[in-house]
Amino acid sequence: MKRSPRDRQQRAQPFWMPLLAIVTALILGGILIIVSDLEVIAAFTRIPRQVAVPFTDPSTQVSLEEALWKHPNEVQVGDGVLVDGRTLRVVEEVTDPSKQIALSEARKLYPTLGPGVTIYYNFWQKPTVGLKAAWHSVKTAYVALFEGSIGNPKQMVQALAAWLKGDPSLLSRAFYPLSESLVTSTPYILTGLAVALGFRAGLFNIGAEGQYFVGGLTSVWVGYSLKGLPIYVHLPLTILAGAVGGGLWGAIPGLLKAKTGGHEVINTIMMNYIAFALSDWLLNGPMMRPGGFRPISPEIEPSARLPRFFGGDIRFHAGFFVALAMAALVYWLLFKTTIGYELRTVGANPRAARYAGISLTRNIVLAMFLSGGLAGMAGANDIAGVIYYMPNAFSAGYGWDSIALALLGRSHPVGVVLAALLFGTLRAGATRMQSVAQIPIDIISILQAMIIIFIAAPEIIRSLYRLKKPSTAELALAGGDTAEGAQA
Amino acid sequence: MTPILQLEGITKVFPGVVANDDIDLTLQQGEILALLGENGAGKSTLMNILYGLYAPTAGRIVIRGQQVTITGPHDAIAQGIGMVHQHFMLVPPLTVTENVILGNEPIRHGLFLDRNRAAARIRQISADYGLEVDPSAVVSTLPVGAQQRVEIIKVLYRSADVLILDEPTAVLTPQEVDDLFAIVRRLVAGGKSIIFITHKLKEVMALADRIVVLRRGRVVGETTPAEATEEMLAAMMVGREVSLAVAKTPAKPAQPVLQVEGLHVLSDRHQLAVQDVSFTVRSGEIVGLAGVQGNGQTELVEALAGQREVLSGSVRIGGHDVTRASPRRRAQLGVAYVPEDRQRDGLVLDFPVADNLILNTYYQPPFARGILLQRAAIRATAERLVKDFDVRTPSIDTAVANLSGGNQQKVIVAREFDRPVVLLLASQPTRGLDVGSIEYIHARIVEKRDHGAGVLLVSSELDEIMELADRILVMFRGAIMADLPAGSTTREQIGLLMAGGRHEQPQPAPEEEEVGGR
Repeated sequence: MKRSPRDRQQRAQPFWMPLLAIVTALILGGILIIVSDLEVIAAFTRIPRQVAVPFTDPSTQVSLEEALWKHPNEVQVGDGVLVDGRTLRVVEEVTDPSKQIALSEARKLYPTLGPGVTIYYNFWQKPTVGLKAAWHSVKTAYVALFEGSIGNPKQMVQALAAWLKGDPSLLSRAFYPLSESLVTSTPYILTGLAVALGFRAGLFNIGAEGQYFVGGLTSVWVGYSLKGLPIYVHLPLTILAGAVGGGLWGAIPGLLKAKTGGHEVINTIMMNYIAFALSDWLLNGPMMRPGGFRPISPEIEPSARLPRFFGGDIRFHAGFFVALAMAALVYWLLFKTTIGYELRTVGANPRAARYAGISLTRNIVLAMFLSGGLAGMAGANDIAGVIYYMPNAFSAGYGWDSIALALLGRSHPVGVVLAALLFGTLRAGATRMQSVAQIPIDIISILQAMIIIFIAAPEIIRSLYRLKKPSTAELALAGGDTAEGAQA
Repeated sequence: MTPILQLEGITKVFPGVVANDDIDLTLQQGEILALLGENGAGKSTLMNILYGLYAPTAGRIVIRGQQVTITGPHDAIAQGIGMVHQHFMLVPPLTVTENVILGNEPIRHGLFLDRNRAAARIRQISADYGLEVDPSAVVSTLPVGAQQRVEIIKVLYRSADVLILDEPTAVLTPQEVDDLFAIVRRLVAGGKSIIFITHKLKEVMALADRIVVLRRGRVVGETTPAEATEEMLAAMMVGREVSLAVAKTPAKPAQPVLQVEGLHVLSDRHQLAVQDVSFTVRSGEIVGLAGVQGNGQTELVEALAGQREVLSGSVRIGGHDVTRASPRRRAQLGVAYVPEDRQRDGLVLDFPVADNLILNTYYQPPFARGILLQRAAIRATAERLVKDFDVRTPSIDTAVANLSGGNQQKVIVAREFDRPVVLLLASQPTRGLDVGSIEYIHARIVEKRDHGAGVLLVSSELDEIMELADRILVMFRGAIMADLPAGSTTREQIGLLMAGGRHEQPQPAPEEEEVGGR
C-alpha cells in the first residue's frame, strides 16, 4: 500500500538523544577551542626560551611550565620563572634552533652550565605539557561559560549562607549570571513559541525578527505616551500592545498567503525589512526622545514596567513567568481546543483540512496573527522588562535564532522552553567566556549550530557512537506488513 | 534443471512479530510465479529480504545453485535480481534515459555522460520486450503505465534475470494491466523469470504459471491456475470461506437525494473536465459511475463533495441547493465522502487514529464544548468505532501512518459511516485493499443503502461496479454516455461505452421530480 516518506521518520526519540547531542557538541566545541587557542598551539610546538640567573622576588614568580604554556608570548627577557624550585630570570631569547635544547636536557645541564641555557618544548618530548595546556584551555572556557551562565557554585553557596545569617549583600553578585540567563531566555521562549506555532500550522514564519521589532515599537509607544495609569492597567496594556502590533505585522503575510498564495517565507522576510526601516524612521522622527539627538525613544513610565523581584543589578523580571504562561497557553490552544485541532490539521495536511470543511484562509491568517503576536510579545517583554526604551539596535537576533529554537524544540511548547533556556544560557555565558578565557564569542554560535545539527540529524550521533538504529524504524519500513501482522 | 532461485527456510522476526516463518520458495528459469497473500501476509517482507533491504533472521538464499549473501540492493542487482516497486522510484523532472541510468551512468572519455549510448540501449530493450517508451521523454509527463515500463526498463538495463514485480497493477487502468501482462509474457519468452506479488485473484489466474499463497508469514499452499479456482485461492489467503459475490437484495429506490443538473466543472489544468452532466441518485440505491480513469469522474465527485468549484449547473442534496455550499454544510446535510486518495485527502497521517476519526465532527458536541476538545468523548467514540469497524491498530493513539492501507481505509469508512448518511460518495473505496477488507467495505456500503442512503460509487474496477451497483452511469470525456440498469447490462457493453462507443438507447432525461427538505 501507499506509504509516505514521513512514515520513515522515527517518531519517538529516546529522551537522552538530545542530551547526547549537546554533549557531543560540547566535546567538538572543546576541540575547536583547543585548536583555535594560540597558546595551546604554542605548547604543542617549539617555544624557545632562554632561562637565566636566579631571581629572588617571590611576588613575580611563576613556574616555567606555566609561563610557557600560559603566556608564551608574554615571558619577556627579564621576567622571573621558577624552575625546579629556583626562580630564574629570562635573560635572552634564542631564535637559532641549533642552539635550542629541551627542558629535560636543560635540567641536567643547568648545574654545570649555570644560567643561560635555552629551553624548548616539543610535544613528543613532553606530551603532558601540551595536553595539560589543552585541558586548561577547555576547562577555563567551559568554567567561564558555566560561571557566566549559571554562576560560581561556591559563591552561590556562600552567598546563600551569608543571606541566611542576615547578610544579603553577596546575593546579587552570585546570582547575577543566572538572572542574566533567564532574562536572555525570556525573549527566546516567546519567539521560539511564535515560530513553533507557525510550524504546527504548516507556516514558515521567518518574520519573527520584524514582528519583535514592531511589538517593541507598539509597546514602547503605549508605555511612554500613556501617563497616570495604575500598573495593573498600564502594564498589561503595554504587553498587549506589543502582541497586537506583532500579530498584525504577522497577519499581513498571512493574509497575502491565504488570499493570493504569496509565499509566507518571502513576504515575512520583506516585512522584516519594512519593520527595520519603520523603526529607524520612527526613532529618528516621531518617537525620538525629546531633547535628544540619538535615535532612541523616550523611557516608558514606571507603571508600564515588568516588576523586578530583586534589587541592584539583578534584572530578572516577571516577563519570564509571562513567557512560561504563554508556553502553557500555546500548549493548551494547540492540543486541547478545536482551534488548535484546526491549526494542526491545516499544518499536517491542508487537503484533509479542506476535506473536513476547515477554512484554510481563516486558519492561515489566525496562525500568522498568533505567531506574530508571540514574537511581538517578546519585543514588548524586552521593552517593559529590560531596557525600558526602544533603541534602534533593538534585537540581538532573537527572531533569527527562534527558527532554530522551534526546530530544536520540535515545535512543541515544552521543547521550545527547554531549547530557549539552553540558548539563553549559552548566550549569557558566552560573554564571560570571551572576557575570561579569551575565547571568541563565535565559538558559542558554532556550538549552538552543532547542537541544532545533531538534534535535527540524529543519524550523525548514532553513527558517531555506533548506536543501533531504533527497531521501530525498521518496523516502520516494513510498513503495514507488520502493522497488520502484529494483529494477526 | 537447477532452479534460478531458491529460498530455504527464510525467517524474519521483527520485535514482537514473525513476519516470515520458515518460508521455502523455488523459482524456475522462465517461470511466472505469483506470490499471493493479503496485506500483512509477509509478501513484501520476503521480497525485501531477497532484494537485500532486510537481513533474514534465519534461512538461506540460493541463486543458480550457489548460496549467496545479499546485504543490499547492490548485491541483489549484481546477482541479477531486479525489483519493480509498487510506488515508482523515479525522479519526475528527469528524462526516461536519465532515470534509467541513474546510479549506473555510462561514461565517455572518463568524464562525460554518454546519453546517446544509454538511449540506444534503452531503445534496444524497448524493442526486445515491447516496452514502448520514448527515452527522451520527461518522466513527469508520462502516464502511470508508461512510468511503470520505465521501472521495468531500469531493471532490465541492469541486466536482471529475475524480476520482482510488487503489486504492479495497483495503479494501472484495465488497459494498462493488459499491456503489462503482454510485456510480462514477452519477458518470460525472452528467458527472464518473474515473481509477481499481488492480492488480486483474477490477475493471478490470468498470468501465473505457479501460485504460492502466503498467510501470516507462512506458505499455506502452492498450486497452478489450472488446478485452482478464485474461491479456493481467496479461502487460502484469508483462512476462511470468502464470498466474492456481494450479497444484496434488489434495490428499493425512493426519493432522490442527489440531483445534478447541467453540471460543468474544470480540471486542475483549467480544462472542462465535466461537461453538462445531469443525473439523479435516489435513496436506497447504489449508482455506479464507471469509466476509464481520467474521464472526469474525479472532478465530478470532488465537485459534489464541495472540494472543487462548480463552473455552472446545479447540485441539490436532499432538496437543498448546495451548488456553492461548503464541505461542512454538505456534511451537515448528511453527505459522507470516501475520497479517492485516502492518504492525500481523507487522513492526517501524522495524527493518531482517534483524531482522524473526528476529522469532520471535531467542532460538534460531544467532541467539543465551546472551543474545548472533549478528550474523554473523543476517546470513547474512537474505541467504539475501532471495535465496530474492526480497525486493526495497536491503539487509538497510534499515528494513522503506521496502519496498513486497509485499516487506513477502515478509519475513513468508520468516520464517514458513523454519521447519519443521506448520500454516500465513495470514490475508489477499495483501491489497493486486500480481499478481506474489500469484502468488509462492500458489505458496509450495501448496508448503508439498505438503511436508506443514496450511494454514488466511483470505481475504475469494472467488477466492483458490476457487483455493487443497482444502476450504472458510464462516463467518457467528461460526459455521461449512458444510464443502465445493472442487472441487464454486460461487461462488454460497458467496456464499449467506457471507450467512447455510442449506446443505442438515448440517455434518459434527468429527473425533474421535486422533493421537499428532509
